[in-house]
Amino acid sequence: MIEWINVIVQGVLVGGLYAMFAAGLALIFGIMRLVNIAHGDFIVLAAYLALVAATALGLNPILALAIVVPAMAALGYILQRFLLNRALGDDLLPPLLVTFGLSVIIQNGLLELFTADSRRLRAGSIEVASIPVVPGISVGLLPLLQFALALAVIGGIEFVFYRTALGRAFRATSDDQATAQLMGLDNRHIFSLGMALSLAVVAVAGVLIAVRTNFDPAIGPARLLFGFEAVIIGGLGSLWGTLLGGVLLGVAQGVGAHLDPGWQTLAGHFAFLMVLAVRPEGLFPKIH
Amino acid sequence: MPPSARIVFMDRSSRIGLMVFLSALAAVALAPYWASRQGLRLLAEIYAYVALASAWNLLAGYAGLVSVGQHAYVGLGGYLMFALTMFAAVPPLWAVPLAGIVAATVSVPVAALVFRLRGHYFAICTWVVAEVFRLVAAQVSALGGGSGTSLPAGIVIAIAATRETREFLVYWIALALVVLVLGLIISLLRSRYGLALTAIRDNEVAALSNGVSVRRVKFVVYVTTAFCTAMVGAVIFLQKLRISPDAAFSINDWTAYVIFIAVIGGIGRIEGPIVGAAIFFLLRQLFADLGSLYLIMLGAVAILIMLKTPRGVWGLVAGRFGLQIFPLQRRLVQKIGLDIKQETRGRTS
Repeated sequence: MIEWINVIVQGVLVGGLYAMFAAGLALIFGIMRLVNIAHGDFIVLAAYLALVAATALGLNPILALAIVVPAMAALGYILQRFLLNRALGDDLLPPLLVTFGLSVIIQNGLLELFTADSRRLRAGSIEVASIPVVPGISVGLLPLLQFALALAVIGGIEFVFYRTALGRAFRATSDDQATAQLMGLDNRHIFSLGMALSLAVVAVAGVLIAVRTNFDPAIGPARLLFGFEAVIIGGLGSLWGTLLGGVLLGVAQGVGAHLDPGWQTLAGHFAFLMVLAVRPEGLFPKIH
Repeated sequence: MPPSARIVFMDRSSRIGLMVFLSALAAVALAPYWASRQGLRLLAEIYAYVALASAWNLLAGYAGLVSVGQHAYVGLGGYLMFALTMFAAVPPLWAVPLAGIVAATVSVPVAALVFRLRGHYFAICTWVVAEVFRLVAAQVSALGGGSGTSLPAGIVIAIAATRETREFLVYWIALALVVLVLGLIISLLRSRYGLALTAIRDNEVAALSNGVSVRRVKFVVYVTTAFCTAMVGAVIFLQKLRISPDAAFSINDWTAYVIFIAVIGGIGRIEGPIVGAAIFFLLRQLFADLGSLYLIMLGAVAILIMLKTPRGVWGLVAGRFGLQIFPLQRRLVQKIGLDIKQETRGRTS
C-alpha cells in the first residue's frame, strides 16, 4: 500500500516536469497554431547550455537559470522572427517540416559538439535531500522544488496571458490575426515574443532535466511526445488542464514502471491513447 | 459530357518520359548482369527509398495527412517478415505481400485513433503510435526483445540456395516492389479517388462542399500507404537478414530521410520522390563521410527548399516546362481531334 502511494506521489511530481514541457508547446499552438517538432530538442539544448554555463563559470545549476533562460528566450525570438514566421500560413506542411528540419539540425549539432555520451549536472547536496512525510514515504527536496517551479511557471504564463497587455495582444492575435493587425499589433513581433516565452519555459524545463536525470542529444523527441501527450490528455487550451494531463501521464508511467521497468514509457503512451479513444477533446477542455 | 469527347492522360512529355522511364527500368532489371554486389545493394536501397517516399508523398502531399510516424509501418513490415517466416513457416517471398496485408489490417484501428486529431497534432500522434510499436516490439522476447534477432539460416536458405541467387532475387523483389507501389499510386490517382485527392490537396473545404467524402478518401489513402510501407519494410529486412527495434523503427532512417527526399524532389507530384531520391543518394555518396554534419546539411537544405521553393526541384522544373513523366493529367479531347485542353487542363499531376 505504502509502496503504491509512493509510486503515485513520485508520478505526480514528475508530472509537474511534463506539464512544463507541455506548457511551452501549448503556448505557441495557442498563439499561432504552430506545433514545434523541435520542442524536445530545444529542451535538450537548454540542458546542454546549463551544463556549459555551470562547468565553465562554476555556477550552481539553479543559478545557471539566470543565463539559460534569457539565452533561450533570445534564441526563440530570433528563430521566430527570421525563420518560422516565413513558414507560417494556411498550409500546415512548411511549419511542420521546418521545425522537423530544426530538430534534426539541433540533435546532430549537439552530437557533433558533445558526443553521444550521457551527461549529468551535479547540484550538490540538494540532490539527495528529502523530507519524510509519513513513515515510509519521503519526498525528495529536488522533485518537490521542481513541482513548485512548474506550478510557478504555469501560474506565471496564466498571469501574462490574462492580466497583462502582452497577454491581451497574444489572445487578440490568436483570435483573429487580421483584426489584431488592424488594431496596430505587429503579428510578427507578437509571434516572436510568444516563441521567446515558450523557449524561456523550455529553458527552465531543460535545466531541471539536466539536474534530475542523465541526458544525451537523442532524448529530445521523447520529451516532445510527453509534452504533447500531456496537452492532449489535459484538453487543448487550458494550462491547468495541461498540468493535470502531465500529472496523469507521470502517474501512469510510474505505475507502469513499478509493474515492469520495460513498461514505463509504454504505460504513459497507452494512457494517452486511451484518453484519445474515449475523450479526444481531453479530460479538461476549455469551454468557450 | 458530350459523347463525342473523351478523357486522355497521355501527352507528348509523358509519352517521351514514360519511354525513358521504361528503358531505364529495363536497364536496371538487368543490373545483376552488369552491376557489382555493392552496386546492387545501393540500387535496392534506392528503390526502397523511392517507394517509401512515394507512399509518404501520397499521404502528405495528396491527402494532407502529414505523418512523421511512417517508420511504424516500416518496422511492423520488417517484424512481420521475421514473425511470419519464423513462427508460421510462411515462405519468405510470400511473407512480403502478407506483411503488407496484416499491416493494412492493423492500420485500420490505428487510423480510427489518429484521425481524431488534425493537422500538426495528427503528425505527432503518428509518432506516438510508432513509439508504441517500437516499445512493444522490444517486449517480444521470441523475436529477441530489445536486442533483436537474425533470420535463422534455414529460412535464409529457403529464399534461394546460393548467396548470389538470393541477392539477385531480393534485388528483383525490391525492383518489382517499387514498380508495384508506383503503379498502385498512379492507378489510385487516375481513379475517382485521384480526382477527390487532387481536390482535397487544393482545397479541403471546397472538396467537401462538392460532395467529396474527405474522411473516407483519407482513410483509404492511410491504409493503402500502410500496405505499401510495410511491404517495403519487409523487403528491407529481408535484405538485411537482421532486425532490432531500434533499426526497424528508426525515425532517422525511415521517416526523416524519406521526408527529406520527398521535400527536395517535390511534394504533391508523383515524380518528386524519384528526383528527390536521386539527389539524396548523390549527396550521400559525396558527403556521407561527414556523419552528423551531413544530416545537419540535409536538414538545412530541406528547410531552405520548404521556404524558397515549396514545390521542390521537380515542381520547379515541371512547372516551368509543363512536364510530366507519368500520365496523370486529365485532358478532355473531342473525337474529331480538336484539343480543348486550355479549358480543362487542371493541376492534376
